[in-house]
Formats: sequence, structure tokens, C-alpha cells
Amino acid sequence: MITGAARIAEGPAAKAGGASLRVRSFDPLLILWVLLAAALLFLVINPLFRLVQTSLQDADTGDFTLLNYVAAFARPRYITAMVNSLKLGASVTGLCLLFAVPIAWAVSRTDMPCKGAVRMLVLGAFITPPYLGAIGWILLAGPNSGWLNQVWMAVTGAHEGLFNIYSFEGLAFNIAIYSFPYIFIFTAAALDVVSSEMEDAANILGAGVIRTTLRITLPMVLPAIVGGAIVTFLEAIALFGSPALIAIPARFSVVTTQLLQFFSQPIRAEVAAAYAVPLLLITVVLFGLQRWLVRRRGFVALTGKGGERRIMELGPWRWVMLGYAGFVLSLAVLLPYIVLLQAALAKAWGRGFSLDNLTLRNFYYLLFQHETAAQSVMNSFTYAAAAACIAITLGLSIAYIVSRRLLPFAGVLSFIAMAPFVVPGIVLAIAFYAAYAPPPFALYGTATILILAFATRFLPIGYVNADAAIRSINPEMEEAVRILGGGRLLAIRLVMAPLMKRSLIGAWLLVFIPATRELSSAMFLYGPHTRTMSVMLMDMSEEGNFEQLAALGFLLLVSTLVIVGGASALLGRDFMLRRERP
Amino acid sequence: MSKLSLIGLGKSFGPVPAVADVDLTLREGEFVSLLGPSGCGKTTTLRMIAGFIKPTAGRIEIDGVAVSSPKFTVAPEKRNMSMIFQSYAIWPNMTVGQNVAFGLKLRKLASSEVNERVNRILDAVQLRHLKDRYPAELSGGQQQRVALARAIVIEPAVLLLDEPLSNLDANLREEMRSEIRRLHDAFRITTVYVTHDQAEAMVTSDRIVVMNHGRIEQVDDPVTLYNVPRTRFVAGFIGRTNFLDGRVDGDRIVFDGFTVPAGSAPAGVAGASFAVRPQTIALHRTGRAVADSGWWVEGRVTERAYLGEYWEYVVRPANGGLRLRVTTTPADVYQADEAVWLEIDPGRIARIPSPEGAA
Repeated sequence: MITGAARIAEGPAAKAGGASLRVRSFDPLLILWVLLAAALLFLVINPLFRLVQTSLQDADTGDFTLLNYVAAFARPRYITAMVNSLKLGASVTGLCLLFAVPIAWAVSRTDMPCKGAVRMLVLGAFITPPYLGAIGWILLAGPNSGWLNQVWMAVTGAHEGLFNIYSFEGLAFNIAIYSFPYIFIFTAAALDVVSSEMEDAANILGAGVIRTTLRITLPMVLPAIVGGAIVTFLEAIALFGSPALIAIPARFSVVTTQLLQFFSQPIRAEVAAAYAVPLLLITVVLFGLQRWLVRRRGFVALTGKGGERRIMELGPWRWVMLGYAGFVLSLAVLLPYIVLLQAALAKAWGRGFSLDNLTLRNFYYLLFQHETAAQSVMNSFTYAAAAACIAITLGLSIAYIVSRRLLPFAGVLSFIAMAPFVVPGIVLAIAFYAAYAPPPFALYGTATILILAFATRFLPIGYVNADAAIRSINPEMEEAVRILGGGRLLAIRLVMAPLMKRSLIGAWLLVFIPATRELSSAMFLYGPHTRTMSVMLMDMSEEGNFEQLAALGFLLLVSTLVIVGGASALLGRDFMLRRERP
Repeated sequence: MSKLSLIGLGKSFGPVPAVADVDLTLREGEFVSLLGPSGCGKTTTLRMIAGFIKPTAGRIEIDGVAVSSPKFTVAPEKRNMSMIFQSYAIWPNMTVGQNVAFGLKLRKLASSEVNERVNRILDAVQLRHLKDRYPAELSGGQQQRVALARAIVIEPAVLLLDEPLSNLDANLREEMRSEIRRLHDAFRITTVYVTHDQAEAMVTSDRIVVMNHGRIEQVDDPVTLYNVPRTRFVAGFIGRTNFLDGRVDGDRIVFDGFTVPAGSAPAGVAGASFAVRPQTIALHRTGRAVADSGWWVEGRVTERAYLGEYWEYVVRPANGGLRLRVTTTPADVYQADEAVWLEIDPGRIARIPSPEGAA
């Protein structure tokens, strides 16, 4: 591949004749191509290769063996964990459909009030780290002591609480309440482009509102719903934080918690690798299915760009829909955030909402007294910033080569850059462990491995957004520089860079934000001095100190908000493109 | 001002030839259009001249020095050309003045000279008052002028224009095509202009290159091209035309429904096919009054339409299935179904190759 490119690029120059104007004999882009290929080899190919290789090797001798797979699947409880994960994925997906589809329909097609607020709160649920939501729900529905149980006992006089978050149902519910935005986004986007004329055609033939919705509208957006459901299922089985917080105390295990066990001392990376391979395969197959579904049926049904989209009048039922949306979103956002805030500001969260219980001591303690908390906050943000820079730089370079068709085999680079999209974070972490923990790299526990793992995990986001940024600019902008006498680098510096600045900062944030809260890959790679905030949260949850835990969660949220707000204010003041004069 | 030569130029994308066997030489200061339907290879040819595409056959020379060949290609920035793009490609992050000064600054001219030349060219395109504006505040026509100014100010060896008027509305397009010609007359830069609009090509060009399926069909000045098309494609593509396909029978040429003396037809390629412009046919109520060399055919009006500037009739010769399109002045009125005489002046028609498959 690489030698082929070299031959093609060098060949013509080598044979160039003796004319007075001669092209440079070496294309510097070739160096870039080789660098990018090397980077992707290091970040994507080698870890995945080492994952599979490790799973097939004897840990001591390095001989080929299938015994790791036997070890990973021999014990009934390992199988049970696998089955639990699949059951969990299915339950979560079912619940999410129940939450998301009606709300998406109401927001997109009806006259339900407060749509803007509903969309905002769905976004709020989407950006809440699931482990933070899980902590909120432990405060709400912990057996007996949880707020909801307290209220229940106070109201009914019962001696036992009604809810127990530490259960399979509790876990499924908790994950669902933070995963349903996936289905919501897919479904609402599809409903937004279904033309009302399709529905009118059914109406004019005699179908009523309900019949039209069930027989015409829903089937048309079904591919989008199924696509969202598949993503939800995959998120649910790959999630690490919520199961660790809920399933471990509830004494049942799922794939991800089982993987953590394989990683506790003594680390059995080869068994973990063997155990992770099926998870990877399921993900690859289902993502393939999802792509196929959306491509094959989705766009056929959703061609109609024309045609107005009218809004369905629900009459009094619109309040019922709003009530349902409010109920779901209270469970997802309002209630958890209220109890988290209360706990973060409380001396003891169980003492309730009284003034004398208020304190800022938790924050003070975390930032100034705790041994490692402040360091972990710093780690999270520096690692995330570094990872975002790497992901955007790589993504931008690859997207540029691909979109300008500068070199052969650029398509291979883009395929590899997108590959981490189908690798669950936990699997990626094990792959990085397999590849770079042993000598000669010996990177386990270093900041380097965390940054590289984050960069790899979010490389697809960086690539997709950088690609969109480049495609939004007409290549003629660059060609105009060149024909007037400027080189390619000058064109990039004077024209492409200023024009893409805005969208690149946006892309950078889209990598940075999830990277600040990344847990599943950090959990398997951190060392004593490289804890991130997310890892810190998990550690503190074991100590059961919920006040400080909630405070740390708020630090994470608030600092993210400050950075995003600051950046967008900066971008807003940027009059680079001056659309109109003041 | 330079001499630009394309010699046996060709470009294939994989097995598909996009441009083949293009031979063309532009004199210094000449304005030549590449005209043809979309996909005819005209833009590919232009981009090869610019250096954005490397040819797979032949070569391009400027003043006798090769700049493009399959073996090596001088980078676009080293050719001292400039180009006006379909999208204008005005950089939105720079003011009008900065856009125009860009090429001059790259040539390391003294800032006083840069300033002076920018002002002079902005005066020429009547944009001096907008020098400090950003392009987003300009209208389409003004942006077009900025693109022109930016391209011309560096006094390039060759100026390339890639369908520069296709994004403008009809009125502005007519104004701008005259403007382009006016600027060319003022600066005499060797120019290649790509368009699919024949009126644009005819207004602006010294010579027009008609291309089809990647090959040159004909190269001529607008008058010759219109009046003496050499191929069926050129006859059909430039203006409107009637095709008369006949066969030689002794000393007569036999068409569908009438015959004419073979000796009266214009000379040219073998066969007996002719391109007849609608306005070269005259209509009469009565037959030939005096003996002349014209071809007189009896027929009947089957359709008519009044287009304000002229009448358009479809006339069917009496004994055949032909339908001939005829245009007359607005004063020349005939009724539908009226019997008429057609008069074709053989001196104003062009002999073209017979349709493929015909004897």
C-alpha cells in the first residue's frame, strides 16, 4: 500500500524531461500520508490486532491457544454475565422506545406546548454522563433511604420503600432514562422530513388520525427508529459506569463489570481479551445492520423535501402528551439534578433540604484538601484537550487528503479513522492495554496511554466534523490562491484556516466534551497519578460519600458548561466573516 | 501576453477519455472560447491549462516552453496565469482590496505599486468605492467584478475563465459579457473562456472552439462558425438550423419532396446534406418571378408563432414529410394552412457530412 503510493507519486517526477520548468521531484504530501498511516496503525490497527492476538496466545509462552476462550466462557457465571448484558440491552431498548417515540412524535408533529423546553431537557438528558445520573438515582431510589422511598413511606405509612435501584430492573431503568435521547434524535429527525402530504393522502382516502399515524407515519420512520434502537442497545451493553455503580452492589454482573474483574489483580488480560472479542463482534455486526437499514429503507421513505409539514392538533390531549414528556424528563433530568445539588451542598444528604444543612465544605474539601481530587480535575481537562487536539489534527489531515483526492488509497485512511466508532470504549481500553502495556512501550497507567486512547475513541467524531468543515468550503477558494501564485500551504494558511476556524473549534469541543467525562476506557488504563474525574467518581462511590461525590459531579458539569459557554462567547465575538455591517 | 499551445492534448479518467486529441494554438492576446454541452471536456481542458489536472496525452506549451505533459506538470502557482472560477472564489475573510492585492503581494511588489495597481483596476471595474468592504456585502455582479479585477491585476500570461457568468441572472449576464470583452480589449491578455452559452462565446471571442465528446468539432471566428458549420453537431449546437438530407442523382440533388440542380449547391464534403438557417429561407405567396439561382419549393404553413421580434413558421413542402423552420420579420404575416413558396438561397447554406448510416 505505502510502497505503491510512493511509486505512483515519484514515478512521473523521476522521468521528468529536461524542460526548463520542472516540478519538484518529491511531493511533501507523501510524508503526510506516511505519517497519517503510521498514526492510524498505532492508534487503531495495532491495538485491535493485539487484542485478537492476545486472546489467542498463551500469556506466558506466547504460543497459539484457544484456552483463553475456554477460560472466559467455561464458568457458568461468566456466561450468566453475558446473558445479563443481552437481557439488559433488550430491556433498555424496550424502555427507551416507550420513552422516546411518543415524545419525538409529539415534538415533531403535534401542537403540544413547551416543545422548546422539552427539546432542551432531552438534550440535558443526552449530555448527562450516565454514571452521574446513576448516582442521582441511588439518592432517589436507594432502598429505604432514597428520597422517593422516604416520600412513599411518609405518605403511605409503609415500613419499606417501594423502589430498589440496586436491581436488574433498577439498572435497566436507569440506563434507559439516559439512553432514550438516541432514539428520540433519530425518530424526530425522520419525522421532521415526512411530508404532510403523505398523511393527507391517507386522510383523503378515509383514514383517521390514529390510523394514519399507525399505518402511514410510523412505518415510514420505522427504519430510523430501528436504527436508533440498535445504537441504544449497543450503548447499553457497552456501558461501564452505571453497571459498576448499581449491578456490583446488587450482586449480579454484566459483561463490562465482568471485564473489570478480569482486570483486577492478578490482571488476566488474555482472558479479558477473549471475553471482549464477542462484544466487539456483536457491535460490528449490529452497526453494519443499522447502516444498511438506514441506507436501504430510510432514505427511500424520506425523500420528500418538498411538501409542507403541518402540525396535528391534539385538542386537550396535548396536555396529556406534555404531562408524559414532563414525567419522563423529570425522571431523567429534574429529579436527579435536584437531589445531586442538594447532596453537593449538604453536610449530610439524609438530613434534607433545611438551611442549616447547607454548606460549601464539600467543594472546598475536594478542591483544596483531598489528596487527588483537584489533580483528577486537572487530568480530565488536560487529557481531554490533548486528545481533542490529536483527534482533530488527524481527522482534518485525513479529511483534506480524501476530499482533495491528493493521494491514492486515501479512502483506506478514512475507513480506518471511522473504525473506532464501532469499538466499545471498554474493548478499546483492553486493546490498548494489550498493545501498549507490555514492553517496549510500557505505557500502562501513563497520561500518554489515556490521551491516545481518548483520541482514538473520539477520532471518528473529529474526522466526521473536520470532513464537514472542509466540504463546506468550495475547493475553488483554494485553487484561486494557487493560480494567482500561492502554494498549497499558503492557501491553507491564508484561506482554508481562517474559513474553517469556527467549525473546527466546534469540532474540537465535540471531541473535548465527551473526552472530559470518558470513563470506560479510563477505568482500565489509569495509574496512581493519572486518575481522571470519572475514575475518581467511581472510587469515591465505593466509599459511599455521596455529598463529595455529588460535588465532584457538579464540578465536572459546571466546568464543562463554563468552557463551552466561554468558547461560544469567543466565537460569537468573532466577526471574521462579517456578514453585514453594524 | 503569451502564446498558448495545446498539442495532441488528452485526458482519460481510467478507461474513459474525457478529452482527446485537442490541438489548438492561441495567438498572443487572443480571446478564445471553449464552447460545448456539459460533459464535452471543456472544463477539463481548462483545468489542464491551469495545471490542476495532469494530461494523460500530449502537452501544453506557453511561448514554446512545455508546462504540462503526462510526465511532468508545472504547479498552478508557477504558471503566471490567473483564473475566474464558476463560484468566483472570492475569499470572504479578506476585503475587496485585500482580495485584489493578493496576487500582487505574492509577486513581492512594493506596497505603493500594489496600492496603485489595485486602485487602477478597481477603477476599471468601477468598484473603487467598495475597496474596504467584505465580499459577503456585495451583490453577485459586484463579486464577479472583484473576481475579474483580482485575476487581471497581476497581468497574467494567460487568463482562464470557467463559466464565470453561470451564476448571474439573465440581464446581468449580458452586461457582464460585454464587460469581459471590454476589459480584454483594454488589457489584451491571452484568454481562454469556457462556456456552454453560445451567445456569451459569440459576444466575447475572437475565435470559438466547439467541443463535443472530448474532441474539437470546429475552430473558427463567430461569423464563420455560424455561417459555415463544418459538422452536424456544430450546425445544430450553434443557433437553430434545418437539416436537409438528400442524395445525388445525376445532375440533380433529390430531397424529400423536391429536387434541385446539383451544380447550384455549395461545394464541400461528399454527400448531399445541408444546414439551412431559418432566416435564410424566404417565404413568398407566388412562385418564382424571375430566373435566379435560388431553390424554390412549394409548401404549406403548418404551424406559426409570433415572438415579437420575428415570426416563426413551420412549413411543410408539398410532396414530402419535411418540416422546415422559417423565421420572417414581424411584418411578413402568413396564416396557418396557407399555401406558400419557400425560397432557399444556396449561397447562404452550408454543406455538412451526411448523417451516419446514410448512403
